[in-house]
Amino acid sequence: MTRYAGNAAALRALVREQEVHRDVYVSEEVFQLEMEHMFPNSWVYVGHDSQVPNAGDYFGTTIGTQPVLLVRHTDGKVHVLHNRCPHKGTRITSETCGNTGKFFRCPYHAWSFKTDGSLLAIPLKKGYENTGFEQSHAAPGMAPVRHVRNYRGFVFAKINGGGLDFEEFFGESLSSFDNMIDRSPAGQLKVAGGVLRYMHNCNWKMLVENQTDTCHPMVAHESSAGTVVEVWKKAPPGTKKPMAVEIIAPFMSPYEFFENMGIRIWDNGHGHTGVHHSIHSDYSAVPGYFEKMTAAYGEERAKAILGENRHNTVYFPNIMIKGPIQLLRHFKPIAANKTLVESWTFQLVDAPDMLLERTLMYNRLINAPTSIVGHDDLEMYERAQEGLHSNGNEWVNLQRLYSPDEAEQTNVAVNGTSEWPMRHQFRAWSKFMTMGM
Amino acid sequence: MSMLAEAPLKNAVPTDQELIDFVVREARLIDQQRFDEWLDMYADDAFYWMPLEWNQTDPRLTCSLMYEDKLLLSIRVERLKGARTFSQKPKSRCHHVLQTPQVDSRDAAANSYVTWTAMHYVETRLEEQTLYAAWATHHLSVEDGKLRIKLKRVDLINCDAAFGNIQLFM
Repeated sequence: MTRYAGNAAALRALVREQEVHRDVYVSEEVFQLEMEHMFPNSWVYVGHDSQVPNAGDYFGTTIGTQPVLLVRHTDGKVHVLHNRCPHKGTRITSETCGNTGKFFRCPYHAWSFKTDGSLLAIPLKKGYENTGFEQSHAAPGMAPVRHVRNYRGFVFAKINGGGLDFEEFFGESLSSFDNMIDRSPAGQLKVAGGVLRYMHNCNWKMLVENQTDTCHPMVAHESSAGTVVEVWKKAPPGTKKPMAVEIIAPFMSPYEFFENMGIRIWDNGHGHTGVHHSIHSDYSAVPGYFEKMTAAYGEERAKAILGENRHNTVYFPNIMIKGPIQLLRHFKPIAANKTLVESWTFQLVDAPDMLLERTLMYNRLINAPTSIVGHDDLEMYERAQEGLHSNGNEWVNLQRLYSPDEAEQTNVAVNGTSEWPMRHQFRAWSKFMTMGM
Repeated sequence: MSMLAEAPLKNAVPTDQELIDFVVREARLIDQQRFDEWLDMYADDAFYWMPLEWNQTDPRLTCSLMYEDKLLLSIRVERLKGARTFSQKPKSRCHHVLQTPQVDSRDAAANSYVTWTAMHYVETRLEEQTLYAAWATHHLSVEDGKLRIKLKRVDLINCDAAFGNIQLFM
């Protein structure tokens, strides 16, 4: 049954000021429309250019559910191509990442393409003479994604023409990327340590919302972080606090901690928790790091960079970054009830290895399929995905600290337990879902 | 000797059979959810390592699925007992099938013994049952007349796949 296709009014009606309809999470039709409209209308994260350092390097990923390739062309420029042979549709690359040399070669009929996607050669080319091939969809080669922006190494792409340009879409939210990158004395990040992949039987938006949900840690994570706190209490007095305890214990901070830490709201669904402080604020100093930062930036600027302790920055639609520990989580939609979560870690170029060590420990303690903290969250998402099928109530409540004039406001910092960021994400969802419809 | 109790070593240097029995007993304690006894099989400075990469050599600057010391392992065991551990309501169960462990190396002078065990591990919760294939490498030593695990390394054949929750110990 089709209820929403081509019906912008019906889609808009799913998002109210203080609640959203369950169909945004459970309807396969709404999911398909997200893939057709919402993702193509948005600037979506593709990858980091350190994943393709040399000409011919490629990395395969998705924009929504569409397969794309991030590739470094011979001129050094990074391109995003639809990962599909223009001939029969075959996926061009056999591995997720690698180096293709000077050209891509389709494994089915050996059509070949330059690394900017343009058609290089077809075997038995004579067979296409006088067939009008030049006017075909296949002639240009692998279709490029036209709108690509490399922001200080982070590559975003927008599939549709029109809509917002990159600066309009992100606005001041790019300051969280700046802070994460500036934490390198060289002002540069590099993907390092390997990617953790975690399959979730729930809608992708549940993960996005959870990044600014500060009322759940002390409840859902009592099982993991609460146990850490209890076990650590039994350690003999004077024992040095292990890195693992420094990382997990702050999840059990009381409501006041999260209320006071603040949330900042930006346009288009972006925002971050941790305006004043965050769960990352009290990590031990890493020997030699501040000295390197001071040498690179001067003491005042180094202090300002490291003084920012943004907890989670959400970039609508589907990534989150943690600046203070250089981590990016990508919530990749697969179906209305299925999401692949990739957690990527970054090395601060020219900084001590211990920082990467801490980043990796955080990633495996919090984001791994073997992580006890991750188990707490996934259990709740999967229960919600099931519970939403109840007809007792078709609406999800997002009312906490609502203010009637909030839709007009932007770049404001509010109480850290507000559900304003989630309401703002859905305002953006509604906007990009129906844009041009 | 019964598998239920820990057998003291007959001599200062363990026999191959004693090493094998020890590894088999470890899997059985996990299957029977006797996690406190299981934890006692680990030396105080032990690590449990589950790499994320095929042939991974570095647990520090390369991410792992697990690289946990005894404090973190004891936190996991305590968590499994918790009243508000919702991801364990209802509880998971697991099942190991081991090939006979092979003794890869024995060095009595260094008090170091290494075994290698191919295994299938099944974890189940509610309607879901998931099969994992892995190799377990045990680095063992003798402490106070008993064998202890210094390092247990679990290499999943599909270590880099996207998994759902893996809640117990392999």
